[in-house]
Amino acid sequence: MTAVSTAKRRSADRHAVAVGLPRWLWIPAGVGFGLIALPVLGLVVRADLAGLPEVVTSEAALAALELSLRTAAISTLLCLLFGGSLAVVLARSTARGLRLVRPVVLLPLVLPPVVGGLALLYTLGRTGFAGRQLELWFGITIPFTTAAVVLAQTFVSMPFLVVSLEGALRTAGERYESVAATLGASPGTVARRVTLPLVLPGLGSGLVLAFARSLGEFGATIAFAGSLQGTTRTLPLLVYQEREVDVDGAIALSLVLVVVAVVVIAVARPRAAEGLR
Amino acid sequence: MTAGTTMTAGAALHASMLVQRSEFTLDAELRVGPGEVLAILGPNGAGKSTLLGVLAGLLAPEQGRVELGGRVLTDTATGEHVPTHRRRVGLLAQQALLFPHLSAVANVAFGPRCARVDRRTADVIARRWLDEVDAAELAERKPSQLSGGQAQRVALARALAGEPDLLLLDEPLSALDVTVGPAMRALLRRVVRDAGRTTVLVTHHVLDALVLADRVLVLTGGAVVEQGPTRDVLTRPRSPFAATVAGVDLISGTACAGGLRTADGTLVSGRRSEPLDDGMSAVAVFPPSAVAVFRTRPDGSPRNVVEVVLAAVEPRGDVVRLRAAPPRGGPEWLDGLAADVTPAAVADLGVEPGVALWFAVKANEVMIHPGVR
Repeated sequence: MTAVSTAKRRSADRHAVAVGLPRWLWIPAGVGFGLIALPVLGLVVRADLAGLPEVVTSEAALAALELSLRTAAISTLLCLLFGGSLAVVLARSTARGLRLVRPVVLLPLVLPPVVGGLALLYTLGRTGFAGRQLELWFGITIPFTTAAVVLAQTFVSMPFLVVSLEGALRTAGERYESVAATLGASPGTVARRVTLPLVLPGLGSGLVLAFARSLGEFGATIAFAGSLQGTTRTLPLLVYQEREVDVDGAIALSLVLVVVAVVVIAVARPRAAEGLR
Repeated sequence: MTAGTTMTAGAALHASMLVQRSEFTLDAELRVGPGEVLAILGPNGAGKSTLLGVLAGLLAPEQGRVELGGRVLTDTATGEHVPTHRRRVGLLAQQALLFPHLSAVANVAFGPRCARVDRRTADVIARRWLDEVDAAELAERKPSQLSGGQAQRVALARALAGEPDLLLLDEPLSALDVTVGPAMRALLRRVVRDAGRTTVLVTHHVLDALVLADRVLVLTGGAVVEQGPTRDVLTRPRSPFAATVAGVDLISGTACAGGLRTADGTLVSGRRSEPLDDGMSAVAVFPPSAVAVFRTRPDGSPRNVVEVVLAAVEPRGDVVRLRAAPPRGGPEWLDGLAADVTPAAVADLGVEPGVALWFAVKANEVMIHPGVR
């Protein structure tokens, strides 16, 4: 019945009259789209396409791209590990006090990234309360290392994953899990064979958002990790720096980021946003 | 094992529980014999689902004890609480809740797989159960490609494939189309009741209780207000709730062309709710409001007409219920037959206990269902 009605709905779409869509809405919607699409087009128009390969394959550019992809991938994994767990706890636990946890988790979404970077610096930096202990006991210094880049990216990206996954978990509900338990599935089996497949689309879109956010991270990184070539200078930092000295180079590098972003969204987002079959 | 017991015999259930909820306090005790089907009737918010939750181990009662086939599943006195997945208690809810990412056969194989049955054997078991619920041809379909009735049949197969000691049915028919409800009810009767599987069925539909249950328990506001054999509760309800939803007239016999034949050979004309073979045990059911009452034999119309003796007059709000007794030498099944008439009609008839009356009911108002054991 569901299949039939879905199919019906899809085939009817073509002929359906959009009752809830006033004509004038197209104008602001078009402006909104232009605001996003035109600057990207401007970048392409302004680019010196002939000199593009040279800039993009320069040592500094390749190092920055490699660093960006590597740190973003590690941050995404950390987001999955810690943010994923956090999302499950927030969605499923009935413990008191969790209501106070959620706003804190969402803080990086509204906080300017540079403020987050400073917060990280004065916590994990040499003079910070945690950083001083780390150096004293383990001889570990975090700021201005690649680890700092990863931490900064994880800090700003984690809420994206938590929000997507928690939403997916709440939508999926616990009813399927209850049924699975009555069929003899232990909590581990329920998580693996029922919950995970159900939230996969939400998890996928959360991961894509977290990866994209990590890739574009600038403010927190420059405040906490600085801009050292090969160590902490990710692609966005390189673009910003090149802008001062070589505008064409900066534009070329920007295009690389645009291409990576488009690839990420095109490959992952539709499938993730598709929802359950 | 005697011949014919092909299925696992169910286990006896004995449960008592106290659960505080903001809206009500559930305080109930129930016993279900091995292979018996207990129907729990009650209005919304009576605590029916809470009760099932406690049996399934999804809810922890403040106080209570659940014992199934000699195994203690819950005992607040000793702190015992066997987790849901080790209870061997199957659940079929109002929605099929088939796992959307698995095919029908994989859904059914889920239980056996959890019991560490190897993949191939689990598949064989799953297909056998799909066959059992007449859904073999749906095996490879995804839940989104199934209709509501098909999905519910697959969900039933899934609940049974784990060979639970106790089956919980939480309004399994109420979300189904009226056109597929009777078929699903007949299927439940075959694979649940006739197979002798210990079952607790929550429903607010009298017909479900009538066709499926051995005994009925009426739950109102968290308390058990009435329980007993299905026939007694449905024909002679003592609680107001049971009286509103039930209070039906019920005549048993065997199915025959045009209706049902009672033990003494009387033909009761009626319509069949589902296909029945002639000679099968069956019951004729009709509301007392469909019974017309006369002082003298009415003539000319194609009705079921019987002569009775008025046994009692029971005022029931807007109507008066007349209870019948068999006349001298008359058939036993007339005892307790009810007719609802208006107070004005009572005055016109000038009735009082002991007088002879004629009860008449149109064949159209009489439904013939598979019989109560």
